[in-house]
Amino acid sequence: MNQEELQQIAAAAHEEREKFDYEVNVCMGTGCLSQHSDQVKAAIEKEAAGCGKRCHVRRTGCMGLCAAGPLVLVEPTETRYGHVHAADAPAIIASLGGEDASKLNPRLDPHLGGYFAGQKHVVLENSGHIDPEKIDEYIGRGGYEALVKALTDMNPASVIEQIMKSGLRGRGGGGYPTGLKWDMVSKVKGPQKYVICNGDEGDPGAFMDRSVLESDPQRVIEGMAIAAYAIGATKGYLYVRAEYPLAVQRLTVALREARRRGFLGNGICETTFNFDIDIRLGAGAFVCGEETALIASIEGKRGTPRPRPPYPAVSGLWGAPTLINNVETFANVAPIIRNGGEWFSGMGTDRSKGTKVFALTGKIQRTGLVEVPMGMTLRHIIFDIGGGVPDGRKFKAVQTGGPSGGCLPEEHLDLSISYDALISAGSMMGSGGMIVMDDTSCMVSVARFFMEFCMTESCGKCVPCRAGTVQMHELLSKICRGEATHRDLDRLTELCEVVGATSLCGLGQTAPNPVLSTLRYFKHEYLAHIDEKRCPAGVCEFSSTEKPVTAEVHA
Amino acid sequence: MPLYAERPPLPSDDKRWRIVNGTMRKHGYSRNALIETLHTVQSSFGFLDVPAIKFVANSLRVPLSQAYGVVTFYHFFSLKPPGRHTCTICTGTACYIKGSEKLVAETEKLLHIKVGQTTPDGEVSFTTARCVGACGRAPVALLDGELSGQMEAAELKTQLERWTTQ
Repeated sequence: MNQEELQQIAAAAHEEREKFDYEVNVCMGTGCLSQHSDQVKAAIEKEAAGCGKRCHVRRTGCMGLCAAGPLVLVEPTETRYGHVHAADAPAIIASLGGEDASKLNPRLDPHLGGYFAGQKHVVLENSGHIDPEKIDEYIGRGGYEALVKALTDMNPASVIEQIMKSGLRGRGGGGYPTGLKWDMVSKVKGPQKYVICNGDEGDPGAFMDRSVLESDPQRVIEGMAIAAYAIGATKGYLYVRAEYPLAVQRLTVALREARRRGFLGNGICETTFNFDIDIRLGAGAFVCGEETALIASIEGKRGTPRPRPPYPAVSGLWGAPTLINNVETFANVAPIIRNGGEWFSGMGTDRSKGTKVFALTGKIQRTGLVEVPMGMTLRHIIFDIGGGVPDGRKFKAVQTGGPSGGCLPEEHLDLSISYDALISAGSMMGSGGMIVMDDTSCMVSVARFFMEFCMTESCGKCVPCRAGTVQMHELLSKICRGEATHRDLDRLTELCEVVGATSLCGLGQTAPNPVLSTLRYFKHEYLAHIDEKRCPAGVCEFSSTEKPVTAEVHA
Repeated sequence: MPLYAERPPLPSDDKRWRIVNGTMRKHGYSRNALIETLHTVQSSFGFLDVPAIKFVANSLRVPLSQAYGVVTFYHFFSLKPPGRHTCTICTGTACYIKGSEKLVAETEKLLHIKVGQTTPDGEVSFTTARCVGACGRAPVALLDGELSGQMEAAELKTQLERWTTQ
């Protein structure tokens, strides 16, 4: 494979598209499939076959707005329809070439509440536009240009330089500069190096990685191959949750296709560069999102973390230098190499460049995936894109960063999103879950929910996390039952500090964050539970409010 | 003596063991194929019992303690056979905010079992999931592996009753 051959494939893909005047894309992501978008596609196909128009019906990955599924996108007019039923197929096909289908069927609203205005798609640029199992469609949209460019025109050092220039930071949560990480691994000497893609998206309430893997798997493979070239690795592992069967299936096909086209294997692009990727299935352990635990899991062991240093960059998988990045980080690599690091650093804020995909969920009008430039305010994302809180309820808090993050109240809605701004507000970027809560959510219960999560997901290796999370959970439950005293609250705060400071890995170190952030912004709710035996949101049920406080004596 | 002579024979004539063996062969009977092999056992048999774990451990020359440790460490692996039908309710954050707790309570009441148990007649297994990644459709339930979004207690009840009264 060389530049010319790539262009030929791209040209052939264009030619294939030119055969049709219209393209009807049907979302076949997990969200829409659960609403039988396969039946919608079959109906549209049947309708298109007999209509006499040159129309191509295509299966695509996630289009983002899961709340309005099944979604259909009509090109070239870029008209999107939500809540499409199989019965709507005639209206959609009849509208091709004319006005949008809402004239024929008022239920089909092409505006979808302005969800897509204000978004900027880099990672999701192909999602909803290509068939995820057809590599040529990816190539037709500029895919693998970056890999061929890197292999034929650039040396590894200049690839790393572009990534450094772009200012890309790890999208898995930590926000470590990707260029620095690559540079570190490239400088370590070793006969065998590895590239690992972390697709163990364990954060409950986040599904960016699943969506990218389902909708545009080639993009991740290309990013990994470029990384491998830059650091000198020959073997890669894609670690995916077993809970994402569709993503695993599409990745398996994508890897086979990439090998067939010669982007994986030996002598890629007529150079001496060899690289191949294997899939490894996770088995349902949140802690495996931590890099050393993930490595243990790939080695076939229990996923327990180990102290760092040595960092995986020096001693990772089987003791070899290893580069680990998140799915979304790898998905950003190809566009950076294609357009140059400066293009990427032109987006976003001073220290957080580019765009970020968020999973907007919870008590919000339009749930789904959004990709926005860094620096956008929470208010813009939640109210303008997401449509605000439904049912006339009042916004109370937004939770970012999963179980390691925090809840931000209304006064922080004008916060511009960046790694540093979120941390200083007591939350964190995390992998990109954004869960909106209204006034029916009790913040103490939410803190308890996250603590329960950390308690059950704690791997048990270090004491502060294993024992501390249990104690904190018990104290929070006590508050929720209305049996706690101020001493319990003090002890909870104290435990938060100890567990955060002394745990071995990120799970324990950040487990207190949901408690700390709710204590910081919603202390009055804690106090209402303790002093007044009252739950302001009306969620907690108190066994009996009149019960006298009994002191337990331990012999 | 060649290495393969030390490998234990397949536990039975069941064809599924050949699939399991195939996974191990694909990885060259390497120790780090333990999790991959256990995945194959679970997807072929539905669960992992002690003879199966012993067979895999012996074939890959992994200490039985390590194999058992791995099986019990990861939530995805189950030591108990599943019921004829499975009901899994997602308890991720988005589903929690949208009231998955009520669905769990409702299901427990309806089936008279707790999370993680199977009804005595072996009809329905009830589990919860940490997050199935369909947060845009919360609250979510997986009924016999099929995802249903925006689940309501009444709808879930109808489905479960269909299973239990059959």
